[in-house]
Amino acid sequence: MSSLTDLSVHELHELLIKREVSAVEVAKTYLKRIDEVDSKVRAYLTLTPDQALAQAEEADRCLSRDVEEATPLTGIPMGIKDVICTCGVRTTCGSRMLENFVPPYSATVIERLEAHGAVMLGKLNMDEFAMGSSTENSAFYPTHNPWDLERVPGGSSGGSAASVAARTCACSLGSDTGGSIRQPSSHCGVVGMKPTYGRVSRYGLVAFASSLDQIGPITRDVTDCALLLNVISGYDPRDSTSIPRDVPDYTLSLIPGLEGCTIGLPKEYFVSGLDPDVERAVKTAVSALEGQGARLVEVSLPHTEYAVATYYIIAPAEASSNLSRYDGVKYGLRAQGFKDLTDMYKKTRSQGFGPEVKRRIMIGTYSLSSGYYDAYYKKASQVRTLIVQDFRHAFKDCDVIAAPVAPTSAFRLGEKVDDPLQMYLSDIFTIPANLAGIPGISVPCGMDHNGLPIGLQLMATHFGEQSLLKAAYNLELAMGPWRNWPAV
Amino acid sequence: MDYEAVIGLEVHVQLQTATKIFCPCPTTFGALANTHTCPVCIGMPGVLPVLNRKVVEFAIKMALAVNCDIAPFNVFARKHYFYPDLPKGYQISQYESPLAEHGWLDIEVDGRTRRIGITRIHMEEDAGKLMHDENRPVSYVDLNRTGVPLIEIVSEPDIRSPEEAVAYLKKLRQLVRYLGISDGNMEEGSMRCDANISLRPSGQKGYGTRSELKNINSFRHVQRALEYEIRRQTALLLDGQDVVQETRLWDAARGVTFPMRGKEEAHDYRYFPDPDLVPVEIDSAWLTRIREELPELPDAKRIRLKRQYGLSDYDLEILTASRSMADYFEGCVAQFPHPKTVSNWICVELVRLLRQGDQEIDTCPVSPAGLAGLLEMIDNGTISGKMAKDILQQMYHTKKSAREIVEEQGLAQMSDESQLRIVIERVMEGHPKEVERYRAGKTKVLGFLVGQVMRETRGQANPKKVNELLEKALNP
Ligand SMILES: [Zn+2]
Repeated sequence: MSSLTDLSVHELHELLIKREVSAVEVAKTYLKRIDEVDSKVRAYLTLTPDQALAQAEEADRCLSRDVEEATPLTGIPMGIKDVICTCGVRTTCGSRMLENFVPPYSATVIERLEAHGAVMLGKLNMDEFAMGSSTENSAFYPTHNPWDLERVPGGSSGGSAASVAARTCACSLGSDTGGSIRQPSSHCGVVGMKPTYGRVSRYGLVAFASSLDQIGPITRDVTDCALLLNVISGYDPRDSTSIPRDVPDYTLSLIPGLEGCTIGLPKEYFVSGLDPDVERAVKTAVSALEGQGARLVEVSLPHTEYAVATYYIIAPAEASSNLSRYDGVKYGLRAQGFKDLTDMYKKTRSQGFGPEVKRRIMIGTYSLSSGYYDAYYKKASQVRTLIVQDFRHAFKDCDVIAAPVAPTSAFRLGEKVDDPLQMYLSDIFTIPANLAGIPGISVPCGMDHNGLPIGLQLMATHFGEQSLLKAAYNLELAMGPWRNWPAV
Repeated sequence: MDYEAVIGLEVHVQLQTATKIFCPCPTTFGALANTHTCPVCIGMPGVLPVLNRKVVEFAIKMALAVNCDIAPFNVFARKHYFYPDLPKGYQISQYESPLAEHGWLDIEVDGRTRRIGITRIHMEEDAGKLMHDENRPVSYVDLNRTGVPLIEIVSEPDIRSPEEAVAYLKKLRQLVRYLGISDGNMEEGSMRCDANISLRPSGQKGYGTRSELKNINSFRHVQRALEYEIRRQTALLLDGQDVVQETRLWDAARGVTFPMRGKEEAHDYRYFPDPDLVPVEIDSAWLTRIREELPELPDAKRIRLKRQYGLSDYDLEILTASRSMADYFEGCVAQFPHPKTVSNWICVELVRLLRQGDQEIDTCPVSPAGLAGLLEMIDNGTISGKMAKDILQQMYHTKKSAREIVEEQGLAQMSDESQLRIVIERVMEGHPKEVERYRAGKTKVLGFLVGQVMRETRGQANPKKVNELLEKALNP
């Protein structure tokens, strides 16, 4: 039955509604596989087998009562990035600070998934507070890339991408602040989408950088991505930044043929430093899209070179503020043996946060300080506006922008841990979409000479998820179904 | 050398919306610690604030009442500092673009009107409360107050004396009560005041070095703290020393101010726009609707009452102290159209009863109609003014109407002429000598005869009527 775990969500759904397999069987198969392989991949931080089986039983009751009641997610086993709050299940954010934090509420996306009958297998590893590009910043342990266990899965949603590739969940949720869904999806050979800012509620997503964070699906294929997006999207009165806009049925965008679609290639993204294997894979993918009927044009995003610098002002500034609440007073870690209040704060935050989180809190605190605010935060906000305008201009000439996701394929564990700047550059192609608030998707498009997957990034204008899915779907069609999962 | 005080006030007013500014928790005071809380106001990970638009409405009302310009776009900013009563590590406030700016307020001190500028009004959330264990080095946090909406009203340094400062605060309190946006109670902390004060030689234009006074929680303490600070700074300056720019706390028990230490030292609050909240747009339709809902404000009411009813300034002061007082007055006049009489009775007798009973006009047991009924009975001669005072007191305590009390106790004046004539005849027959003396020209005897009639009627005869009828009978 291990082939059950190789199936996509929509394939599994077919079996479930035909009652060829029960949701409990599916859940048990996944739990067994986790038991077998997760000691190597280490994608999970917390397993919730009891909850999973209870939810699976409920799904089976629903399926046997009336198949019409079932949704495409009924009985589908999922993993959830541990930055998304799950009522009654500890939510650590990959941090010692929240090692024992059990939220008394669930994120809106979790409520939606539950309402659609999804089954939660557990919580997935990540860089601490979503800060990192390799999942090595997890306070607990790094996650390994299922394609090569010596390599990182990318980050910060490394657990979410690795578990989908390792088939220890059918699909997962990640969060993307500067590429944290797309980059690990590329490194693990899965489909990962960062939706438009405001498309998916952030309520219950532990904030890293509030103006950039967005929850998104990580799946085996584009169809699954559309199915998941259908469920998690939509206005939420509990998130003032979510946008009241109807949610289309995204599966309707999955149609063959790209006639009438113009794909823009930003010249600033195809520059030196780009790994030749990556460049070749991306160009092959772009040709495949052309083969599906798309027209190619070159576009320019002239402020791309400032994106990383802008991001590393804005994101740490917001992070330094968002992480102020971890002070040892109300929940989470409180250091022992302090002299007074200030000492309690210092010891708690020194012990609770890892080095990368501390680094960003310091950068952010500095850039918001009086005397520096105008030169850093304010200036960065202005540059951010220019980057938004870059995309606005580019989307006058094209429907979708195609680009690499990351400059290289997955790097080795430990390779960049001592070089934060190199690590930051892993997100060079994904950061602009977060700064602009536009949607982006990573779709597998080839392998490098080491047999590691490479993703193609597609970006569209605000609320252009349908164009993205259509282009991504056509890429999948043109390149043949992605079926060679890593052995682990 | 003569010094002039330059005072600016920063006043925080708690708004009495039903729920908090960014979550649905109730704002009511006095609940068990940490029971009016939720993940949002406790600052748990991942939760988000959602603005209560009623707060904006209340704040706009205040801004309009003090003649401010209202910003069409409102941005909330985060103000950072670490303290256990601040669960997020930042307070959501407004910084660069406050709700309202450039307003003013007229105050009156010693019969002189002065206009005090309002620099800005902004919205923010309140912090929680710390309670320190007296026996152990342990503190407790109560987050019920966290997220209760506040407005901060910052004045220009236009205030020149402690008396003006108090007049300004009283005017603000009167306004928030008129607007129904706060109870403005300083002792309970729903109105809090920080004062910036500096001295300068009289006639000089520039400002001296100021100190900021905190922890002043009553009008009387505002007066005393400012007086103390003026004495302290004057002494320093006369002695050739400098005033240090610092924050000082008012110690009400010792009657002194002293410099603050520790967490209150100069802060870098690292303000930046809160990315969890979208800018609030205040369009003209919204503004118009709020403007239409505004009640008549004290100054306008005073002018109208004066014009409409011709009342004295003293009476107007009392009658416009609160909206309910003015409503009470007008409610009474509507049923008994003698404004001066009504005003007299409210300002003297009713106010005295309220003060004795420690009651506000809102909870006065005598309704405006009730008072009107009483005054009507004086007017038609059923009772005397003197009796009425006693009856009002009984009405106040028993909640009975004037008519009920008069009937139960048989207090109605005897005004029936035929009845009175019988008594008068009897008295004249009983005192023939006095009648003769009167008729001989000793008219003073009239008083004695009236007294006899009153005695016969046990005081219930209408004295005016008795006089009239007796004179007629004596001069046939
Ligand atoms: Zn609350």
